[in-house]
Amino acid sequence: MRLDKPDTQGRFAQFGGQFAPETLMPALEELETEFTKAWADPGFHDELNSLLRDFVGRPTPVYRAARLSAQYGIELYLKREDLAHTGAHKINNTIGQALLTKRMGKPRVIAETGAGQHGVATATACALLGQECVVYMGEKDIERQALNVHRMRMLGTEVRPVTSGAGTLKDAVSAAMRDWVASVDGTHYIIGSVVGPHPFPWMVRELQKVIGEELETQMDGSAPERPQPDVIVACVGGGSNAMGIFYPYAGSDVDLVGVEAAGYGLESGQHGASLVAGSPGVIHGSMTYLLQDDQGQILEAHSISAGLDYPGVGPEHAYFKDTGLVRYASVTDEEALEAVYLLASTEGIIPALESAHGLAWIIKEAPSLQGKVVVLNLSGRGDKDVELIVEQS
Amino acid sequence: MSEPLTELFSRCREEGRAALLPYMTAGLPTPEESLTLFAAMAEAGADGFEVGIPYADPLMDGPVIQAAGERALSAGSGVEVSLDVLREVVGSTGKPTVVMTYVNPVLRMGIEAFADRVAAAGGSGIIIADLPVDEAEVFAAAFRKRDIGLVLFVAPTTTDVRLERVLAAKPPFVYGIADLGVTGARTAASTHIAALVERVRRHSDVPVVAGVGISTPEQAHAAACVADGVIVGTALVREVMGATDAASAAEALRLAVGGFAAAMQRD
Ligand SMILES: Cc1ncc(COP(=O)(O)O)c(C=O)c1O
Repeated sequence: MRLDKPDTQGRFAQFGGQFAPETLMPALEELETEFTKAWADPGFHDELNSLLRDFVGRPTPVYRAARLSAQYGIELYLKREDLAHTGAHKINNTIGQALLTKRMGKPRVIAETGAGQHGVATATACALLGQECVVYMGEKDIERQALNVHRMRMLGTEVRPVTSGAGTLKDAVSAAMRDWVASVDGTHYIIGSVVGPHPFPWMVRELQKVIGEELETQMDGSAPERPQPDVIVACVGGGSNAMGIFYPYAGSDVDLVGVEAAGYGLESGQHGASLVAGSPGVIHGSMTYLLQDDQGQILEAHSISAGLDYPGVGPEHAYFKDTGLVRYASVTDEEALEAVYLLASTEGIIPALESAHGLAWIIKEAPSLQGKVVVLNLSGRGDKDVELIVEQS
Repeated sequence: MSEPLTELFSRCREEGRAALLPYMTAGLPTPEESLTLFAAMAEAGADGFEVGIPYADPLMDGPVIQAAGERALSAGSGVEVSLDVLREVVGSTGKPTVVMTYVNPVLRMGIEAFADRVAAAGGSGIIIADLPVDEAEVFAAAFRKRDIGLVLFVAPTTTDVRLERVLAAKPPFVYGIADLGVTGARTAASTHIAALVERVRRHSDVPVVAGVGISTPEQAHAAACVADGVIVGTALVREVMGATDAASAAEALRLAVGGFAAAMQRD
């Protein structure tokens, strides 16, 4: 059964919770109280919705990918989050949290970023609302997502390189949390996915579920060109775009499929498939599935896609997995790369490497999807990846 | 057993001083040589120890202890080595020793099994950096059964309601976080610790041990004047990270710990 809210301990069954240093606990309590208040306040929704409409460009369209549909014998629709301002779904969350930051009277914002999309979306929201912004980004990601680093800096944000670990998303989250332990009095941490200690996974889900709610009205079965979906597919890094589109459908008879990064292949051990190949434990303040060794050390993930290169996943996905509300699969770097070219050359859309994982799964599974109405959450556009993709190919 | 901690703090109260509890990452510079560092600190006046299990993602630790953890892990340390070091330290120094870890290694082994292992190694207590009182009960219960105390934190940000919950859980001592931020050196002395101790004292007589950011004998002395104990980590780990071999690390620690030990006597 889908849960409206985690329990009073911030749990989705055994997942979630608050495994955070005591220094942060009062801030987490305050955040829960303030978000609960704001979310019940029509004034907050008015302000948020008008920005989502006029600044972000919501609702994002649903586009029927006619040529791919014909080629693979499925009815393929794309939920165009790539057309949201800044080029990904991440902005749905950052506008909401930046407005909340203003309500809490905190002048400074920090964030982590992997692909740079969350960093750009946070930098954008902070520029819009006049907030100071610092984004932590792993060294390796700074290199492979250079375009987004330039964008953040243009938006007035300080990008701080993180050199610990593998210099990827996990390390950036840890660095942001360490900053927050020191700065908590005047700083809000805008986390970029449905991860972290309660109330973050719940709050980010509430801010992202607009994707699925729009889809419900856009594909309500009221006309032949707007059939109800049989299958909804989304890539899963931390899991925010997937949670955003799945949540309104969880528990219905729509088949929900989350696609994780298999990297060099699951058997290589170098991947980001925490749900498919990980085990339960605690990462970044939350009980969830993660990649770990037999002594409980968190392992480095690997994915060609910086946004999926993370050894954990949001706790509500762990709950969805165990209850069977969503099924999870994975595709390799190579399959994702092929899918980028396929969508670009067949439909004229260059997707983010993250989103391409979802498409790659659909292509692989096409024989079992014949005639079905399949919606892919196209979580972001691929400009940021062009350089990397050209080098790889 | 948590009794040795209780005895230590009451003895220190009688002597008008604070207890010095150095933190050291287990398995540095190598698993085989780790014990020599603890032995050197014991000789130089440490009253007990925090044996740190190296962890790949230490959210409460600054760059020095992060790097120490990474080095220890690549030298072959980990949970198993740390528990061995704990047993050796308790066995050879006889001083009350607590384990310092993050929550995931405990969960991975299983809370009951982990508590068994700490008990078998002679640990007096356990500190779990990312375990607030809200999530603590199942852990505390397992350790309590084996007479091992689960230490809980009080931070400068802790509200009165939270403070009461921490005290109600009856930790063997309260870890008073002397400064906002992660572990690491600070140039200024903590302005928080006196107020923190006073807030705890209004409700309870439980020992308060100050830690985080205490990196000079002067800072340690200021903390010792108000708290029951002082934890020094980064300043000592840095000595080890800067040393060329185990012998010179032990020598550097002997000097440094001697300075901190002399700062424990109250004015
Ligand atoms: C376009 C895009 N899709 C997906 C993700 C993965 O995050 P999540 O799983 O939270 O949606 C990212 C993260 O950077 C992204 O930029």
